[in-house]
Amino acid sequence: MNLAPETGSSATSPGVSDSWLRRNRQALAPWLFLAPGVIFFLFYVIFPILQSFNLSFYRWDGLGDPQFIGMENYRELMDDRAFEVSLWNNLKWLLLYLLAIPAGLFIALFLNQTVTGIRLYKSLFFFPFVISQVVVGLVFSWFYDPTFGLLNQVLAWVGLGPINVLGDPTLVTYGIIIAGLWPQTAYCMILYLTGLNAVDPEQVEAARLDGAKGAKMLWYVIIPQLRPATFVAFVVTIIGALRSFDLISIMTNGGPFGSSRVLSFYMFEKALSEYGFRMGYGAAIAVVLFLIMLCFIAYFLWSMYQDDKGAR
Amino acid sequence: MKTLKGTVAGLALSLGLATAAQAELSGTLKIFSDMSNPAPRAVMEQMAEEFDAMHPDLSVELTVIDREAYKTQIRNFLSANPPDVANWYAANRMRPYVSAGLFEDISDLWAEPEIADALASTKGAMTLDGKQWGVPYTYYQWGVYYREDIYNELGLEEPKDWATFKSNCQKILDSGRKCFTIGTKFLWTAGGWFDYLNMRTNGYDFHMALTNGEVAWTDDRVKQTFANWRELIDMGAFIDNHQSYSWQEALPFMVKGEAAAYLMGNFAVAPLREAGLGTDQLDFYQFPSINPDVELAEDAPTDTFHIPSGAQNKEAARAFLRFVVSADNQTKINGGAALGQLPVNSGSSVDDDEMLNQGFEMLSSNSPGGIAQFFDRDAPAEMASVAMEGFQEFMVFPDNLDDILNRLEKARERVY
Repeated sequence: MNLAPETGSSATSPGVSDSWLRRNRQALAPWLFLAPGVIFFLFYVIFPILQSFNLSFYRWDGLGDPQFIGMENYRELMDDRAFEVSLWNNLKWLLLYLLAIPAGLFIALFLNQTVTGIRLYKSLFFFPFVISQVVVGLVFSWFYDPTFGLLNQVLAWVGLGPINVLGDPTLVTYGIIIAGLWPQTAYCMILYLTGLNAVDPEQVEAARLDGAKGAKMLWYVIIPQLRPATFVAFVVTIIGALRSFDLISIMTNGGPFGSSRVLSFYMFEKALSEYGFRMGYGAAIAVVLFLIMLCFIAYFLWSMYQDDKGAR
Repeated sequence: MKTLKGTVAGLALSLGLATAAQAELSGTLKIFSDMSNPAPRAVMEQMAEEFDAMHPDLSVELTVIDREAYKTQIRNFLSANPPDVANWYAANRMRPYVSAGLFEDISDLWAEPEIADALASTKGAMTLDGKQWGVPYTYYQWGVYYREDIYNELGLEEPKDWATFKSNCQKILDSGRKCFTIGTKFLWTAGGWFDYLNMRTNGYDFHMALTNGEVAWTDDRVKQTFANWRELIDMGAFIDNHQSYSWQEALPFMVKGEAAAYLMGNFAVAPLREAGLGTDQLDFYQFPSINPDVELAEDAPTDTFHIPSGAQNKEAARAFLRFVVSADNQTKINGGAALGQLPVNSGSSVDDDEMLNQGFEMLSSNSPGGIAQFFDRDAPAEMASVAMEGFQEFMVFPDNLDDILNRLEKARERVY
């Protein structure tokens, strides 16, 4: 990798050294190293995205010849009530999923002390993130079970209930989001725990000398230093919320009567499930989801670019 | 084995068919099957083995794929890497593959007298666009499975008409139980109720017209079906919170005696027996008549074998299909030790099982109206998914009926 001596030796054999490749190797090297990644990214990410855009203008059952129908799929989306429900549910997921960030922060602050056995507590709190989403879904399904579930037994002790969380169209999405928050909070907690390790003790000391403590200390000294952790937590939580699929599939299968669907699940139902195979329509849903994601992705990239500029 | 081969050859000769090839099948026969549960899997493996033994020059390659995964994989392998024989289902469920030209037209098989006569009862289910696209290998009845001991305790009779059906139910409710268990989480179970209520209210022909998209969902006759359904819902006949349970999760309510009956396919019998219900606790009756003017019709879903149009060894595939539907083989694979279902060949005998005998009796002599497949096989997939979702909503919020029917009507206008 040591390029410098080679460049020096170029004077001895001018015919070779003046070749275009040699002259530009400083500029070319990074691109050569990037090439495998870029090719895979183009082939497996960018190209399928463009393909989905294209497919959304067709009517296709996956078997016969696709038939071009222009914007027809999108027009149908406009007055498809199931799509509207999915869109609203996606919004609920986006907003409520963000609760994982403050919850993770507070658990991290709570666990960031030196007590005997703290490692054990930390791993217990981190545990939900390690287990599969399928298991989380099953555990919460049992918890919510209207007849035998723990939730209703607890509610009965305090004279409430019974409620059928997963069978009630108004509650079901919130029920699943709560299940999703459980592992997501653990993830955010880990991000903050590592962030807390990097907090500058001198600054804390200085703030303490200035008389800051408690909430003021947290708000003006600790949280600003946790900004990188918060940013990562925000990114993974937003993406997690938009990708929500497995919990819905496991816990309700989109029901009751489709009231817990989100866009990704609805796309799966329309394009790939047992009764679906409307590839074009599924692609149209996927495009809408992609455009929503694009807003966030653009914001994240812009924000990272700003940080990068500030660091330079 | 020798005698069987001799009979087949003799039969072929006597009919003057040029099926000399029958005896000299060669190459490989690739079979893809969705019979992945333990018992069906054993059946399928044995059939492949026997067929292999019958034809020394032919090697049979069997691939068994998980039943749920099969439903999505079939689309890929039919177009990319077709086997010679594949499992699927009858009626509209095969339409996508028929329209895309992926299933072989086997009307020639159905023209052979052994098949035409012996399988006549299922010909309709295998026919699309006037041609036949596969052969059935098994079917099973639907009906009301009930707790005989609870009925005896309350002095109830198997109902033959709607009034008795409801008065029975009222007595069961008065005794602190629910009349019917059902789990609608995966929607299709509600489709079974709709099938029966609609076929009893408006008859088989109307039901077929509706699932074929020829009748509006907002039609008054459809509304009458829902009105009948609503009588049961308003009584509180169904277990609470059924929208949260799968059909298996709804079984314990019946096993524990909290619900007295289950409208289901015969496949529910095995788990109910395994859960401890004895022969004196479990019995079966035909869904009673509602409108005396319509003939009784039944749901009896049929599972089938098909030849993909891209198959390499179609001659061997046809021979395998003949073998699968032959009377002897049908008797064997549908026996209690194997699939435990009903054979489709009229020359086969039904296993000596209480439920199967009753079911066979019902389907062969007491369903003059006709045999339907099931809601999600008679209606196109897209219509079925929207409709079954509507049925589930109706069972929870019967007041939403008009809204549901308008939604279904909109789907009907788009789908067909």
